[in-house]
Amino acid sequence: MAKGMFVDTSICTGCKACQVACKEWNALEPEPSHFKGDPFKGGIAINFTGDSYDNTGSLSATDWRRVRFIEQFSDSREGGRWLFMSDSCKHCNDAGCLNACPVSAIVRRADTGNVFVQQEVCIGCKYCIPACPFGVISFNEKTKTVHKCTLCDDRIHNGLGTACAKACPTGSILFGDTGDLRKKADARLAQLKTLGQAKANIYGYNEAGGLNVFYLLLDKPSVYGQPENPVVPQRRLLLSTGFTAVGAVITGLAALFAFRERGARANAEVKQ
Amino acid sequence: MHDVKSNPISRRDFLKVSAGVAGSTVAAELIGFGLDTRLVHASAASVPIKKGKEVPTICPYCAVGCGQIATVDTATGKIIDIQGNPDSPVNEGTLCPKGAATYQLVNNALRWTKVKHRAPGSDKWEDMSLDDAMTRIAQLTKDTRDKNFNETVDMPAAGGGAVKKKVMNTYALASLGGATMDNEWNYAHQKLMHALGVVYLENQARI
Amino acid sequence: MIMGSNMAECHPVAFRWPLKAKTEHGAVLMHVDPRFTRTSAMCDIHAPIRAGTDILFLGALINHVINSARWNNEPFFKSYVANYTNAATLVSADYKDTEDLEGVFSGISADGKSYANASWQYQRDAAPTPQTANVGPYTDLLFARVPGRPKTDLTLQNPQTVFQILKKHYARYTPEMVEKVCGCSKETFLQVANTLLNNSGADKTCNITYAVGWTQHTTGVQIIRTAGMLQALLGNIGRPGGGVLALRGHATIQGSTDIATLYHSLPGYLPMPDARVAHDTLKDYAVTATTGLGITAFWGNAPKWIVSYFKAQWGDAATAANDYGYDYHPKITGDHSHMPIFVDMMAGKIKGFFVMGQNPAVGGQNARFQRKALAKLDWMVVRDYFETETAAFWRNSPEIKSGELKSADIKTEVFFLPAAGVAEMEGSFTNTQRLLQQHDKAADPPDDARSDTWFTYHLGKRVIALYKNSTENRDWGIKNLLWNYEPEPAEVANWRIKDEPSAYKLLKEINGYAFEDIKDAQGNVTLAKGTPLSSFVLFREDGKTAGASWIYTGVIPSEGKNNAARRQGDAWISPNWGFAWPANRHIMYNRASADPDGKPWSEKKKLVYWDATLNNNAGAWTSHAGEIPDFQGTKKPDNKGIDNGIAFDWLRGNDPFIMKADGKAWLFAPTGLVDGPLPTHYEPYESPVANPVYKQQASPIAKVFNVEGNDYHKVADPAYPIVISTYRLTEHHLSGTMSRWLPWLAELQPELFTEISPELAAEKGVKNGEFVNIKTARGQIKARALVTRRMRPFNISGKTIHEIGIPWHWGWQGAANGDVVNNLTALVADPNVSIHEAKVFTCNIEKAGA
Repeated sequence: MAKGMFVDTSICTGCKACQVACKEWNALEPEPSHFKGDPFKGGIAINFTGDSYDNTGSLSATDWRRVRFIEQFSDSREGGRWLFMSDSCKHCNDAGCLNACPVSAIVRRADTGNVFVQQEVCIGCKYCIPACPFGVISFNEKTKTVHKCTLCDDRIHNGLGTACAKACPTGSILFGDTGDLRKKADARLAQLKTLGQAKANIYGYNEAGGLNVFYLLLDKPSVYGQPENPVVPQRRLLLSTGFTAVGAVITGLAALFAFRERGARANAEVKQ
Repeated sequence: MHDVKSNPISRRDFLKVSAGVAGSTVAAELIGFGLDTRLVHASAASVPIKKGKEVPTICPYCAVGCGQIATVDTATGKIIDIQGNPDSPVNEGTLCPKGAATYQLVNNALRWTKVKHRAPGSDKWEDMSLDDAMTRIAQLTKDTRDKNFNETVDMPAAGGGAVKKKVMNTYALASLGGATMDNEWNYAHQKLMHALGVVYLENQARI
Repeated sequence: MIMGSNMAECHPVAFRWPLKAKTEHGAVLMHVDPRFTRTSAMCDIHAPIRAGTDILFLGALINHVINSARWNNEPFFKSYVANYTNAATLVSADYKDTEDLEGVFSGISADGKSYANASWQYQRDAAPTPQTANVGPYTDLLFARVPGRPKTDLTLQNPQTVFQILKKHYARYTPEMVEKVCGCSKETFLQVANTLLNNSGADKTCNITYAVGWTQHTTGVQIIRTAGMLQALLGNIGRPGGGVLALRGHATIQGSTDIATLYHSLPGYLPMPDARVAHDTLKDYAVTATTGLGITAFWGNAPKWIVSYFKAQWGDAATAANDYGYDYHPKITGDHSHMPIFVDMMAGKIKGFFVMGQNPAVGGQNARFQRKALAKLDWMVVRDYFETETAAFWRNSPEIKSGELKSADIKTEVFFLPAAGVAEMEGSFTNTQRLLQQHDKAADPPDDARSDTWFTYHLGKRVIALYKNSTENRDWGIKNLLWNYEPEPAEVANWRIKDEPSAYKLLKEINGYAFEDIKDAQGNVTLAKGTPLSSFVLFREDGKTAGASWIYTGVIPSEGKNNAARRQGDAWISPNWGFAWPANRHIMYNRASADPDGKPWSEKKKLVYWDATLNNNAGAWTSHAGEIPDFQGTKKPDNKGIDNGIAFDWLRGNDPFIMKADGKAWLFAPTGLVDGPLPTHYEPYESPVANPVYKQQASPIAKVFNVEGNDYHKVADPAYPIVISTYRLTEHHLSGTMSRWLPWLAELQPELFTEISPELAAEKGVKNGEFVNIKTARGQIKARALVTRRMRPFNISGKTIHEIGIPWHWGWQGAANGDVVNNLTALVADPNVSIHEAKVFTCNIEKAGA
């Protein structure tokens, strides 16, 4: 059964526990571009953005989560809002990154539906990066591979939920079977509509073939920096020029060689 | 002798399943055959996960008192993970960003784990053994106290003038303690300080 | 109502619960705060007020409530207030209010800087004929001091009733005054007021939650009192979902207040012996201390706790003949709190300094002053995880960098001792709800790192050894110290560090134990030597029990059992998770959750109640939720008390507030406060406006420190026209020692910034992200400007008052650096508890170069 997350942004407090819990569980480094020098050797954080309380700036190979902060205030401050959204990989059913990967380093679990990068397979070609309509996947200069949220592949195959959902103090991030989560999302949406939240909407039921990580938003997706109608590039290709099977095969072969070379290098390192 | 440890497991969902072989290896092999499956089958037991001995502890940051579980690698004895304790009625397994970062507070290359000493007027730290430091601090404590001890002091008298009052104190020693230190420390420390006559005894709890 | 707290940001996990109440039970969340924070974002109502006007706002809530139709018509309120508060009590005819004396109370001294509280006392019946009791040498002295019962008028009509005085006192605290003084619209204020009023009653309760947004003021104690009074008037104390919740900032800051490492307090809230008052002998101390705490409150038992404290201190050496060593215990002679420590350090009075887990070089008020004072020390011991700014002050502080101080001239010998992490030692913390929780040891600390308890224990062992041969009278206290916390082999069997002291033995001593065999009249041993006390009623004043803190008694109910390590939660009170002091009571004064007859006020808000069928039909207090009644278990609701009794004997069956000398919640405080019996709006010590309410500008009793380097700003000082508040962020912890060295946290809030409104930014020509200089008479710092409409200018009596906010986590060490915000703050304090005023002072800002 597909597993996913329902992110109810209406009860997100913007605390960023999800960001740290993700880093802790997945042993992710501090983002190198956030520091002048190695922070464990005297390097200093320099990443003040001035964009409300978001200093993460973007998802990256070391930041698999990013809480967005949206300040909506008029001059009078009347009815002002401060919206928060914990953003991450959506684990699309029709995943652009997966479609673009020439070596099948990016795969989807048959049992749980999560999309992840097999680090030992990735050749670092970066084709997946522009193929993601959400700007999720990123290249790591140290490993020369791409990284993103795995939906805590290890945890969810061992009876646990995702690290971010576990840490979330308010239950804004819920992990579970997507069917159950949709029921919860629908109920919460109905409750918020009754309370007068006219703009509240669910983001992710239909986008990109359905997102296994979907959101309850209090405003249009674009307010949260999300594409209103995300299109996976490969689908756009199909629609416009058609798909060149030969091209795909050539790309695939090239990638396969690259993979083998990487594998050989890795073996050599082990022998040393 | 003391049964001070309770059984921490009740409704915890933690680490129910033991780890197996790497699922991604399976995928790699399939791709090695040139099969573009995209869907990787993994049985529940086939994805490895870090595991170890679980020890219940409490978050060191604010006063909410969230329960944490420190996981210890049984081979090395090192803490490999710190997360919220799902059993705790305080936090039900959740944590804030600081609590979630507790692991990095413990395992951190910036952490100083050796005694350092700065001599008067010096511009640098130097190494000192823990034993030497304790010996010297004990001696300084005694010397400072002995030179500056008051059995009595003159206090203003009700009708003007001064009256000698027994105070048994010293104004030359002061202690400022944080509020992340155990109740047991607080007790031991106030006991020792009072035995020495220290009255400048303060804690973060003031502010 | 969250006020004086930014709960979602500073206590994010605690905020889980109000948010659940909102989403699952329709609770209304309100935030009263100058800024629109992450807490405001989650609340239904945000009421912005100018910093430092909390008492005006809360006083106006009181005024609104007691004049409302609902409060005057709903029998619940009358019943609760007349029976459970001192509203009906008559105050001395000599009492003069701020209404009469232009902002001060009767009893003010000639210099206007202190009060005598004689005129604030209750009118009382004649003192009863004292009992000729033979309880014990110290308790017996108390009977002669039992006063007559307070006079009351249950109709609340007598003009000398607390209620009428209070009503008059707050009459000028109107919604219009809120608008004028706080800068909060009348409509928003009324929304808050009516929400509180309409959600209080027999079947409803409201909670008020605060944190250091209320405490860090020269009127901090009085702000919190106002909230307590409001809750008492609304019948919201001692009942589930009610109360005034303090959100404290450190893992066991509650524990370090309970088992105080604070100059003025012994463990369990007994006062420190003090040379300024009648504490000359143990008898004097026992009488004076107990009288101050309340002979007719449960505090009437204090002599037993006092003797047991000294017994724990000196063991066999403490005897009845030597007053249990009382003469060897130090006495305080003045205010020795944090700020005076640094003032006296600057003056060269303090030579040796232990700093453990605190970083005053960043966290101290007027931090420049505090850093410079450190240079006057002969020696200092710092214990921490990282090289804090305090540890490094002599090598790279701003004063060294500017050349103001030179390392070579600083004669301070500095020791850095590495500390163990919490998961690297065993011990207990007390959380903000008085809940003791054990943390087990998961791993040995690395290298030289040791627990704090290890340090203090081994320092003690070494010092005691140095005094071994002394025959000096002055050394008796250290020579005879009962100091044996050697671990049992099993406690250290699995660890590298074998000389870690036993946390269990320390907790047992805090809990209390039989120091020798205790026998009944027939000579049978009822409590064998060494047995832990299961209840605080077992303490004795004959030296046969030892123990430090009666409030923790029961945490070790029997040998080997540690209730702090209980880990069985449930869906509500969780009585089997940890140990809530006192006696595992989770809601204090919970007798008030039942009506005067002992019946629950409503089925919905049922917690503790009288069940006449229990106790062989003699009746007892009980709770369906497993809550322990905070009351004498079998005292009937209609019990009239014993007029010449002490402690529980004096209290009546409908006196729920058992720690108060009259058993009532105090709307009016005849004793215990040095700055007045009723909270009154004073402007902050530094304010941009003259007090719009009274002639008296600021608290006349505020503690000021007129020392070099600590200049203050004038009222409405044109050089410093902007209000500034300092505060915390979710992503960092206090002075940053536990967050700035953690790159995972450093990158979340990397640099010092100040939040300013676009209106002020435009006035100053500053754009978002640019640097500004912030200046006070104490210092100047540079910070990034975060320009945001979450900040707003306030219109105060027609004048625009700008307010800026600044988090104070940064310093020059660690992986996230920034100027020290406390360079700006002043040494100035609340007169009751010596807390500083960091939540509101004045400054100026200007655009800075990059």
